[in-house]
Amino acid sequence: MNAANPIIEAFREQILSAATNKVQLSIEGGGTKSWYGNANTHAKLDTRTYSGILEYQPEELVITACAGTPLKEIEAVLQEKNQMLAFEPPHFGEQATFGGAIAAGLAGPGRISVGNFRDFVLGTRILDGKGQDLSFGGQVMKNVAGYDISRLLPGSMGTLSLLLEASVKVLPKPAATATLRCQISQEKALRVLNEWAGQPLPLSASCWIGNTNSEGQLTIRLAGAVAAVKAAIPLISSLVNASEVDPQSADTFWNDLREHKLSAFDNLAADQTLYRLALPAACGALTIPGASNEIILEWHGQQRWIKASGDEATFNSIKQLVTIHGGHATRFKQGASVNPGFQRFTLLSEQAHSKALELVQERLRSAFDPAGVFATKRLP
Amino acid sequence: MIPMNMMTLPPDLAAISALQSKLVAALRPILPEHALLWEPEDTIPYECDGLAAYKRMPLAVALPETEAQVAQILKICFEMQVPVVPRGSGTGLSGGAMPISQGLVLSLAKLKKILNIDPFTRTAVVQPGVRNLAISEAVAHLGLYYAPDPSSQIACSIGGNVNENSGGVHCLKYGLTLHNILRVRGILMNGEIVEFGSLAPDSPGLDLLAIILGSEGMLAVVTEVTVKLVAKPKLARVIMASFDDIEKGGNAVAAIIAAGIIPAGLEMMDQATTRAVEEFVNAGYDLEAAAILLCESDGTPEEVAEEIERMTKVLEESGASGIQISKDETERLKFWSGRKNAFPAAGRIAADYYCMDGTIPRRHIATLLKRIQGMEKKYGLGCLNVFHAGDGNMHPLILFNGADEEEWHRAEEFGTDILEACVELGGTITGEHGVGLEKINSMCVQFGEGERESFWGVKSAFDPEKLLNPDKAIPTLSRCAEYGRMRISGGKLPHPELERF
Repeated sequence: MNAANPIIEAFREQILSAATNKVQLSIEGGGTKSWYGNANTHAKLDTRTYSGILEYQPEELVITACAGTPLKEIEAVLQEKNQMLAFEPPHFGEQATFGGAIAAGLAGPGRISVGNFRDFVLGTRILDGKGQDLSFGGQVMKNVAGYDISRLLPGSMGTLSLLLEASVKVLPKPAATATLRCQISQEKALRVLNEWAGQPLPLSASCWIGNTNSEGQLTIRLAGAVAAVKAAIPLISSLVNASEVDPQSADTFWNDLREHKLSAFDNLAADQTLYRLALPAACGALTIPGASNEIILEWHGQQRWIKASGDEATFNSIKQLVTIHGGHATRFKQGASVNPGFQRFTLLSEQAHSKALELVQERLRSAFDPAGVFATKRLP
Repeated sequence: MIPMNMMTLPPDLAAISALQSKLVAALRPILPEHALLWEPEDTIPYECDGLAAYKRMPLAVALPETEAQVAQILKICFEMQVPVVPRGSGTGLSGGAMPISQGLVLSLAKLKKILNIDPFTRTAVVQPGVRNLAISEAVAHLGLYYAPDPSSQIACSIGGNVNENSGGVHCLKYGLTLHNILRVRGILMNGEIVEFGSLAPDSPGLDLLAIILGSEGMLAVVTEVTVKLVAKPKLARVIMASFDDIEKGGNAVAAIIAAGIIPAGLEMMDQATTRAVEEFVNAGYDLEAAAILLCESDGTPEEVAEEIERMTKVLEESGASGIQISKDETERLKFWSGRKNAFPAAGRIAADYYCMDGTIPRRHIATLLKRIQGMEKKYGLGCLNVFHAGDGNMHPLILFNGADEEEWHRAEEFGTDILEACVELGGTITGEHGVGLEKINSMCVQFGEGERESFWGVKSAFDPEKLLNPDKAIPTLSRCAEYGRMRISGGKLPHPELERF
């Protein structure tokens, strides 16, 4: 531990001074996801000064880096050794940082086959709200010493502690990939994707884009051993009359999907909101009153994107519908004229058997941050 | 070693007896007669878990049959401020389910129903007492299974797996318990029913499910678990490779991973182990090899053929002195038989064995094995090394005679030395067995005061009164201070006359 690191000392001073002055700090890296989560106007704590890859041993399948390291720098280093962040975190901009990606906890197309960001976090070094320099977990895959505090950080949106460093598991790039595409209805897409996921097929990602009540375009990615992918292509193609997409267009497609650059994400009207629905695999096609007809399904239907009016009544009806099906909804991105003060997330109290956890969560946060330095409410 | 502060206060027998009567009277109305035990002859099977050296009698044992009963029991104990130790099958190896003298043991063994199996969504909803292997057996006809396979999977319960974040032989490819659980329903110490996670890919708020997994029964009592099921591979084959040098074997492990292969299993046994198990199972192991590596591939026949070829090439390049590939399922199981029987084999060549569980970065495997060889001489005790090489999770089995108390102390010191070496090499004191009571002192070595204070903060967030399994996993400040003083005195324990287990 380089306890006397001047950058970390500066962070500590900023945290302690905020605690003394009873103000909040909004942790920010490249600012590429500043629109995500509840709005706040607090002073910024800029993590980009603490940047760099600290350790990377390809044969250990682990990379350790500072929070301010550009995400693209990490991906480039992994690429050199033919490895990757298998959950494909979205960047949403050139300046995206490693720490910002962890705090947002978002994952891309590969999430359905390999798991979430938190599944890959092995260890973290943080500064808590008291300015304490703490390390949890480590660089090994199996570690059950103490509570797994590191895995609380992904998706915590900077409301728990300042992340200084993290060790994340990486995976070798698959030996082969292929992308197939077909026209198919939403119901049928949901059915076949779940059926295939229950068979020993190298199904890696899926995306269906279309109008709720008509045919749409299903794109699926296969990844794994050369022989496995080769065997799966004719099998799946024959089942849904799919054809193969050339590798370059396929890469562009999956990348654009992850970065929300597909045309289906374009043209969010000023009074609209892009809603993210997280749903169980069992949930069929949903009809959202007042939503645009076009819908994007990822993760075999477990993540859905819809554009609809940004008013509270619409969000409430979406939340209600999604909660009935065992999921939750987020105001992911709001149009320019939608009230930035709206609550962007589903609350614990709106979910079955979760009300008591609000108190647990509050106590947990105050254990790490008694003065409320990180209590920006960016994540409720 | 049992907390010193618990030793120094002699228990007040009259007070304990009075508390026992009060607790039994309070629990009787809510439980059937056979579900509440307090006579010593009935509670003695619960005095320890799989770590038999750590024993203590509880006030009483409750065996509820419904979630509602669990909630009522917790409410009553909460009101009476009686500590509760949750227990699954009692197969844990770190004393995590050891009773508390003035507390209740809450056995979840009778909640053992599989509530729902959904092949479409590849999930099963089970009660905590369902055995790990019973899940895979129940879904085998659907071509599915539950992937994490701790070696105790015949007996251990899913509730216990959740609390220990159990691993197994196949977690390099298929993940730990953590990666295979979608939702946990549980009850907080105050009796409130809550749900962590959901069937959706994520849930609102902080990821509390992540902290429940591996929390050693200290945050909530698990009453229902939704597990992920995965497609059963069509075929599995294993390569058995011999190495004339431990270092070469260790390097081969790293080389396989560096080549971009994630084997379904990657296990290593040293010569002492192969010699001990060969006598027991006759698997045809190369007894001249310094180390044997078992390297498994699973998937479709085409995938397996491809991967076996790639792995064979890497193993040859790494200097393997012999390579055998299983021809069929019978031979595959034969190759694995020694690995799976390492513990009983250890039990045959020594009166007792003490199983360690440290994890280190793969590149240090050979270093640690050489240090363990040195420790064998230092402590005058033998040690078998058999481990999950693929994820650096070591299981040294220290051989000793438990009838000789001095020898047990030496075994304990030997184990502590191994764990401290693991921490020094950038690893951890426990990869999958948990801290429990056994490794609670080593937590003082792995973590500083600030980290341990944070752990207590987490504990208090769920259980402010510190009533749920409160003496496990996280050492108190005074305990670490005391442990520091003990270690400083050069391995010589102060007051050797005191009983420590």
